Amino acid sequence: MSNGNAPVEELKNIYRRAVVIREAEKTLQQLFVDGKVPGFLHLTIGQEAVASAVSEFLTPGDTVSSNHRGHGHTLAKGVDLTPFFAEILGRATGLCGGRGGSMHVADLNLGMLGANGIVGAGVPITTGSALALKLRGQGEIAVVYFGDGAVAEGLMHECLNIAKLWSLPVLFCCENNGWSEFSPTENQLAVKLADLAGAFSIDYREADGNDIADMHEAVAEVIGRMRRECIPYVLECHTTRVRGHFEGDKQDYRPEGQVDELSKRDPLTIARQRLADFGVAGEWVDATDAEVRAANDAALEAALAAPLPDPATLLVDVYTPKDTCHG
Amino acid sequence: MAETRYVRAVNRALVDAMKADPSVILLGEDIANAGGSFKATRDLLQEFGPERVYDTPIAEAAITGMAIGAALSGLRPVAEIMFMDFITLSMDMLVNQAAKARYMFGGQGSVPMVLRTPHGGSLSGGPQHSQCLEAWFAHVPGLKVVVPATVEDAYGLLRAAINDPDPVIVVENKALYAMKGDLPDNPATPLIGEAAVRREGADVTLVTYGAMLWTSLKAAEAAAGDGGSVEVIDLRSIQPWDEEAVLRSLQKTHRLMIVHEAVEAFGVGAEIAARMADIGFDELDAPIIRVAAPFSPVPFSPALEGEWRPSEPKILAAISRLMA
Repeated sequence: MSNGNAPVEELKNIYRRAVVIREAEKTLQQLFVDGKVPGFLHLTIGQEAVASAVSEFLTPGDTVSSNHRGHGHTLAKGVDLTPFFAEILGRATGLCGGRGGSMHVADLNLGMLGANGIVGAGVPITTGSALALKLRGQGEIAVVYFGDGAVAEGLMHECLNIAKLWSLPVLFCCENNGWSEFSPTENQLAVKLADLAGAFSIDYREADGNDIADMHEAVAEVIGRMRRECIPYVLECHTTRVRGHFEGDKQDYRPEGQVDELSKRDPLTIARQRLADFGVAGEWVDATDAEVRAANDAALEAALAAPLPDPATLLVDVYTPKDTCHG
Repeated sequence: MAETRYVRAVNRALVDAMKADPSVILLGEDIANAGGSFKATRDLLQEFGPERVYDTPIAEAAITGMAIGAALSGLRPVAEIMFMDFITLSMDMLVNQAAKARYMFGGQGSVPMVLRTPHGGSLSGGPQHSQCLEAWFAHVPGLKVVVPATVEDAYGLLRAAINDPDPVIVVENKALYAMKGDLPDNPATPLIGEAAVRREGADVTLVTYGAMLWTSLKAAEAAAGDGGSVEVIDLRSIQPWDEEAVLRSLQKTHRLMIVHEAVEAFGVGAEIAARMADIGFDELDAPIIRVAAPFSPVPFSPALEGEWRPSEPKILAAISRLMA
């Protein structure tokens, strides 16, 4: 494993983001058990390092779109924790006013174009966003996060083709956790993502998605080239889903002991080791953890105190109000 | 005022919209080099260049999804789906993404995209190149659906759709592309959701849209010879649709029929009939009648397709039944 020459400050930023995501996910896991989260909840515990590293290299004008396991992508893009929690709790002050929930967290002002309940659906939306960014001509890129399961969707293939044909700055960022919902991806896919990228002549790189140093090095190179050359890229991040497909999933389809085995590759444990290798003091890590935890708790408290949406607003925003119409 | 073909009015609307707003781009199969399967986008590549007019691969879902992503990132894309039948491939993007983005993101933004697509039979296109599927989209909160029947509306409703902040499906009609009509030098941009009375009458309200407007007007003319006075309303937009205009006419005629080329069962006519049976119940002197396609795929052979499409004799028979 190469550590490259990663600047320590960037690794520290990545670590901090990963801790923010972990704390939020642990919080939601408990809230779900307590019956306070309506609907479905897909946690990203074990995968935090991927978006944390990608976001280190994103600018405010870059766009991101995500999937059902999208909390990490959203928080890493810089979305504020309080409206994030409020959305997942179905509150009026949520990111989406309680209309979307966990699977639809979005912050369009930050270029976060939405998590998505349909597997693979973020891919064409991101490809279209990349077209708009390319025409704007400021070197911005569009990132789509998807799982290995989404590689089986037809739109993935349509968009790899178009992204290459039109040389669009799309970062196809695969979080390969080996599971297509409840089924092992090896039973679902006849092709490796590397070969698929090769079939479209799209540049490909893989990385250890649980190692912030390896991710840092990979993303720095990939996004650097994308900005310079305005090209698509496939980045495959090998990572671990240690929770079920969703909370409440008994995971009786998993080989016995797999979760314990995967937990040994915990990205936060590895990150602390990497920081230590780079000479970051344990005190900084402990202080960061405590700081993030305090902010998490404060955000949760604010979200829990937020009001539920007023039923009278049920029909608001089906369409754009006339007074904001263009032209 | 100049006589123009329907397809040229579509073309002129695209030209004028692209001149007025540099964020308008076009995406679709064969629309750039070849000028479109029905030539609606002829010469636009030459006029606006490859950064505004894109020949896409044959990938309808990607075309639609890219239009959404581009719309969320500052552009106003106008996508073409070559035949409405092919829109089935775009369903997730239209129904789960474009329609819902504004609502499910709590009003953070809008999806200002247009999807143009032609429906309708009469060309022996067969079961997969002739369908009228507009009711599906009218059923989905968040989408708007307009169906221009006249040359002036082919221009005006498309301009209105491009100006609209929300996703609009503009359903053109293959049978109308070659039709000539008047297009004013400075055409007005209509409001989406406003119907037009195309013929005034006193005895029967006939509500229709799309190419069936012309069949209905002929039938109304023929009925006049038999002493029947039929008021013909062109809906122009089916989502939203002009409930007030239909009710106003019903209050005058007390008889209502709906004519459309789409299959009758669970169609636009069913919605209009149900609403008028509710809010217009006291006005009705007769049952509400629908004249629409039977419950079968669109057949290929002209002998069968002619029977499948609503026709002037069928509309006349319905008028007679209503007046009886």
